[in-house]
Amino acid sequence: MILQRVILRFPAQVVDRPIIYNLIKKYDLVVNILKANINIQKEGTMVLEIQGDPTQYARGLEYLQSLGVSIQPLSQAVFRDEEACTHCGACIGVCPTGALYLERPSMEVKFDENRCVACLICVKVCPYKAMGVVAASNSLAPVD
Amino acid sequence: MERTWEEINEKIKKGKVVVLTAEEAIALVREKGLKEAAARVDVVTTGTFGTMCSSGAYFNFGHARPRIKMYKVWLNNVPGYAGFAAVDAFLGATQLPEDDPLNSIHPGAFSYGGGHVIHDLVARKPVTLRAIGYGTDCYPRKEIRTVITLDDINQAVLFNPRNAYQNYSVAVNTTNRTIYTYMGVLKPRLGNATYSTSGQLSPLLKDPYLRTVGIGTRIFLGGGVGYVVWQGTQHCPTLKELPDGGKLFSGGTVAVIGDLKKMHPRWLVGVSYIGYGASLAVGLGLPIPILNEEIMYWASRGDEELYAPVIDYGEDYPQGNSRVLGYVTYAQLKSGIIKIEGKEIPTAPLSSYPRAREIALTLKDWITSGRFLLGKPVELLPSIGETPPLKGLQEKAGEEEGEK
Ligand code: SF4
Ligand code: SF4
Repeated sequence: MILQRVILRFPAQVVDRPIIYNLIKKYDLVVNILKANINIQKEGTMVLEIQGDPTQYARGLEYLQSLGVSIQPLSQAVFRDEEACTHCGACIGVCPTGALYLERPSMEVKFDENRCVACLICVKVCPYKAMGVVAASNSLAPVD
Repeated sequence: MERTWEEINEKIKKGKVVVLTAEEAIALVREKGLKEAAARVDVVTTGTFGTMCSSGAYFNFGHARPRIKMYKVWLNNVPGYAGFAAVDAFLGATQLPEDDPLNSIHPGAFSYGGGHVIHDLVARKPVTLRAIGYGTDCYPRKEIRTVITLDDINQAVLFNPRNAYQNYSVAVNTTNRTIYTYMGVLKPRLGNATYSTSGQLSPLLKDPYLRTVGIGTRIFLGGGVGYVVWQGTQHCPTLKELPDGGKLFSGGTVAVIGDLKKMHPRWLVGVSYIGYGASLAVGLGLPIPILNEEIMYWASRGDEELYAPVIDYGEDYPQGNSRVLGYVTYAQLKSGIIKIEGKEIPTAPLSSYPRAREIALTLKDWITSGRFLLGKPVELLPSIGETPPLKGLQEKAGEEEGEK
């Protein structure tokens, strides 16, 4: 048995597919949805806690990847709530890596997850509580 | 070219009005010249979305049976001010719960305050109302605890004693420690700079002599319709001629009012500034009637002609020193780097330019579609030089029983 938390990012085309259902049904995994969000571009983000047989788990991930879903371990799980973010800019100056940055000339604040080191400064600083985090757990963690 | 308020409103009713946002007006004047642009355009819209601490709302909750004269009230545990008639109360945007840890562990989080309650009400969330009374013959009840929504109560009115500051200082920090301010987190040794107006979209910067703004001006407020009711607190518009020939306008403010029930949670958002406090972000948009070329001239000044002073929030601001470290334009601020004391400092805004633009566009749409007529002021706000300079608070020896 393994227990793993992952962030999934779905392209717009697969958002309406019964992916979670398949994970449970076909791969016999216990799936707990910790957070789910679909943005205005219809791309989905989901944080899952997945528990099950390691082989089945690996096959489940393969299935997800075959659909174009990107999978990331949760150690980098800082999120931006796109609805709550007002593009005020209060996080720009304090983000140490430039993961939060202003795009010119639109003056919109962009969030590049790949540059985020989950220092959580923005989570404390954002006046609108738009930056969130889910507790991290590192690579495959065996249970029992 | 001259145009009257009445003519503009006639055109709005007939669907013939020409409205541009301030951004669009800047581009048009650059392309066609002032004369032609002023002749073509009837109204220029502006917008701003940012934290405005002098905001609040008053309510009439309706009478309970038996009746209570509310002596103290709390909405979601945030105290309101009940020193009015029996079931009226005011709630301020920066008010905090009595058990908030504040800055006891610095910097405090200030996660919920008056601004958040106002947002929750507008978002149609249920809010806990608790009140105590001392009991009178006409109001015997001594306590009530209930749940209200915005639709349950008789009146809910947003009333902000000071909004839409014409201009605002750029904040930096010259000390050796990080500071937590209402201008955001400021890193030591001029590590970053923050600013908080929408520059070329900012309402009172686009009519710097306040020739069209006054009591009765109809505005976009919190996603609904509001009105300017008075000059805002600390209203003291000034013009400073800068050494490089630039003009620094600042000091104008407005007091505004509007029906909270018709506002929208997207445009009234509770905010928490780490180490400083809670407040309310307000969306506000002002239409400027192009009554003549001069008004169009000012409405069409771009970011490179609009200046802000740079102030040290580490030492000067808290101590009340009036030193200015320099002047920069909004174009420089928006470029991401300003230069102060020979040092390049990265900048970031605190008020949302995309939201300001959205407000100006929304207001344009409301006016163009005939849904929003201009409100001609019954009296203009005091202009530059028409108010006494602001006074500071003097400390004097108090009366003997002053501490009572
Ligand atoms: S501070 Fe928060 S609301 Fe402002 S731009 Fe950053 S994430 Fe968005
Ligand atoms: S967690 Fe740290 S690195 Fe990631 S976006 Fe926030 S401030 Fe930047």
